[in-house]
Amino acid sequence: MSKKIGDVILDVKNISLSFGGVKALTDISFNVREHEIRSIIGPNGAGKSSMLNCINGVYTPQQGSITFRGQTFGHMDSHQVATMGIGRTFQNLALFKGMSVLDNIMSGRNLKIKSNILLQALRWGPAEREEIMHREAVERIIDFLEIQAYRKTPVGQLPYGLQKRVDLGRALAMEPQVLLLDEPMAGMNVEEKQDMCRFVLDVNDEFGTTVVLIEHDMGVVMDISDRVVVLDYGKKIGDGTPDEVINNEDVIRAYLGTSH
Amino acid sequence: MQTTFPRLLQMHASERPHAPAMREKEYGIWQSLSWSDLSAMVQQLAAGLHQAGLRRGEHMVVVGANRPRLYATMLAVQSLGAIPVPLYQDAAAAECVFPINNAEVRFAFAEDQEQVDKLLEIREQCPQLERIYYDDPRGLRKYDEPCLASLDELQAGGKVFVELHPDFFASEVEKAKPGDVGAMFFTSGTTGNPKGVVHTHNSLLNRARVGADFDKLTGSEEVLAYLPPAWIGQNIFSYAQWLACGYVVNCPESAATVTIDMKEIGPTYYFAPPRIFEGLLTSVMIRMEDAGAIKRGMFHYFMDVAKRVGPALMDGKDVGLGDRLLYALGNLCVYGPLRNTLGMSRVRVAYTAGEAIGPDLFSFFRSIGINLKQLYGSTETAVFVCLQPDHEARADTVGVPCEGVEIKVADNGEILVKSPGLLKEYYKNPAATAEVLTEGGWYHTSDAGFIDSNGHLKIIDRVKDVGRIKGGANDGAMFAPKYVENKLKFFSHIKEVVAYGDGRDKVCVFINIDFDAVGNWAERRNLPYAGYTDLAQKPEVYQLIKECVEKVNADLSVDALLAGSQVSRFLVLHKELDADDGELTRTNKVRRGFIAERYNVLVDALYEGKSSQFIETQVKFEDGRTGKVSATLKIEDAKTFAPVKAAA
Repeated sequence: MSKKIGDVILDVKNISLSFGGVKALTDISFNVREHEIRSIIGPNGAGKSSMLNCINGVYTPQQGSITFRGQTFGHMDSHQVATMGIGRTFQNLALFKGMSVLDNIMSGRNLKIKSNILLQALRWGPAEREEIMHREAVERIIDFLEIQAYRKTPVGQLPYGLQKRVDLGRALAMEPQVLLLDEPMAGMNVEEKQDMCRFVLDVNDEFGTTVVLIEHDMGVVMDISDRVVVLDYGKKIGDGTPDEVINNEDVIRAYLGTSH
Repeated sequence: MQTTFPRLLQMHASERPHAPAMREKEYGIWQSLSWSDLSAMVQQLAAGLHQAGLRRGEHMVVVGANRPRLYATMLAVQSLGAIPVPLYQDAAAAECVFPINNAEVRFAFAEDQEQVDKLLEIREQCPQLERIYYDDPRGLRKYDEPCLASLDELQAGGKVFVELHPDFFASEVEKAKPGDVGAMFFTSGTTGNPKGVVHTHNSLLNRARVGADFDKLTGSEEVLAYLPPAWIGQNIFSYAQWLACGYVVNCPESAATVTIDMKEIGPTYYFAPPRIFEGLLTSVMIRMEDAGAIKRGMFHYFMDVAKRVGPALMDGKDVGLGDRLLYALGNLCVYGPLRNTLGMSRVRVAYTAGEAIGPDLFSFFRSIGINLKQLYGSTETAVFVCLQPDHEARADTVGVPCEGVEIKVADNGEILVKSPGLLKEYYKNPAATAEVLTEGGWYHTSDAGFIDSNGHLKIIDRVKDVGRIKGGANDGAMFAPKYVENKLKFFSHIKEVVAYGDGRDKVCVFINIDFDAVGNWAERRNLPYAGYTDLAQKPEVYQLIKECVEKVNADLSVDALLAGSQVSRFLVLHKELDADDGELTRTNKVRRGFIAERYNVLVDALYEGKSSQFIETQVKFEDGRTGKVSATLKIEDAKTFAPVKAAA
């Protein structure tokens, strides 16, 4: 059961982010190693999603830097982040509801498609070959996520748990090196959570994808993570293996409160 | 001519090497496997298994869903003179221990991670289990158990061996005789340990051939294999008859895509137990209820026409020109599209077996132009005992004895069968064998029934279940629980029924509602409910079920034999009966005795005349964890009718 965890792939240094007077993140530093599952946990409003948004360029932190594969950035550009191989899913699903599962996942291949729009519209020559190649990649993802039965179903008609899976599928379609998952198990029942855990582990295992996971369910986090960062009110209060974190007094205080 | 499974494979591979043998949908495309590809695969697997140490006469377990490589492995095992033992893929780990130890299994084929996990879980209890080969490597990368190996590795090793010993396979196949043991199936068994039913190559292939000849099956049939391969029905249809006829077996993409796959393939030969047909009809009805007024009106109008005209047309009877035209119009507007939606546009012959089928259900499919028929058989008889000829299909009989079969009704009403397809024995269980196979080669089916005036066999119930009412108004009347249960189950709102009455003064039943059908019914009436348990106890649902029970009572009151089996009291159970809780067999038959023990407070409450009863039950979830459900169940009385002697 040993998996090869490599060198640091993503290094976040002294990130601070504020919206006007509200300090969302204060001096946060942590790193992510290749092939690991790294979780970010914390109570509501701790700044977990803000952290992900800094990494993939939705927010621009006022201070600090992010190093990805040796390149250091003061702020990340969303498009560039995607090209570099960082994919993500969203807490509040951002799928195309009227489009089929197949087309939604296909849209994740957008950056990989080389032929121009005219050739694609005519579906001529190289464009057709390319489409077949991408369709195959998408089909492998559909098979992987076991959603063959919903290939042609409009995403809006699917139950929430399946929509989450499609969201993951779209992120996988860009063949990311690092996958940012924002609460992939929120709002799911036990069975759906188990399925999702299995998919996250399988992605990490089969494709060697590095996973950065935000999650509320402590059982899930402690079960599948290699290392955990704990945030509270925008500050880092813990960092280490699940065992270390669970015994950290600051963490216990943040989650369970203290007597005054 | 008697033959063996591997010889049939060789024959197809040499006579029509490029014809498709199997198809499997993968990555959205139907991938074909030709007979020559299949033959090469089987040779390599056989060589690999030989190298691994599988010997003639040994057993090898195969467990998984319908996949080309599962069937190829079965063929490879048979080629070496060993015996494949298919197990149910949805069986719990503990249920696999007995068969594996009973058959001293050293080698196993597991489809995927789920099956591998199951076998690894019981390895300590099955010390002789040496090697597990898996088909789908997904999720298994991190497993480092030395007993695990992929089928790919096995096949690659075998390929080298085949190149060095090109004659090995043919000489091994030559050694196997038609009278040798070909396969073993474990019967789920309603009591005690399962029994291994031993069949020879000939007993399976003889019946497969007879069934194929009866319906003139050819090599161009298309079959969709989606039921467990461990069930003899599926095994005959997608394995024995597949090799006997050389048609194409199609494996669906996953269990969830069966309806889509069926529509794409358009099978010509179809086989399913009644509950599948029931599920299809329920889904059609639910969708029609939700359809627009015009469509709904058209559907109901033409279904009335179909009900009147369809079965007569199907039976080849004379039908007036007006009705013929009306039916043709209905075919254009409703029946044709409906058959297409069900994936049954090309079905030439469809069979249902395993349980009794409701008359309404049966005639629904026949009325829309699907040649649905019944057959009678069991694991022990290699399926085919009785078959309904094309124009003589009826809901309440199971057909005429097919070629080679002799039928006799014993004094106690039990049906005895003599056929070339009978089991050789129960494995390592001479006592059980002696019980069912008696002098002169008669097999005791333990079904009670009789041959009607048209020469068709009619089944009433299991012999041991047929009982007598004791005391009360109907003292001494005959009680056939299954018969009562089936009559109730024919209503779409009722999923499962357990009837009690033997040795008691009246008949009382437990009822399981059909969650989909009743849920939809409740929604249309704006009846809110929180879940299964809540819905089951709604007074409106009780009223609905009560109407069903009383209709059955009215029906039974004119039955000369079973008027005393009318249902006096009933209750609706708070949870679905489930095989995981041991309440149903793996083939979904109710285990009446077990249920009576488990819910004995409810049985007592029924007979003591209480109007409600609290019960707490432990339930087992699919992942093996357990939980508790509790509820206070209402008990209702149903109206019974004075027996009416049917006018002579």
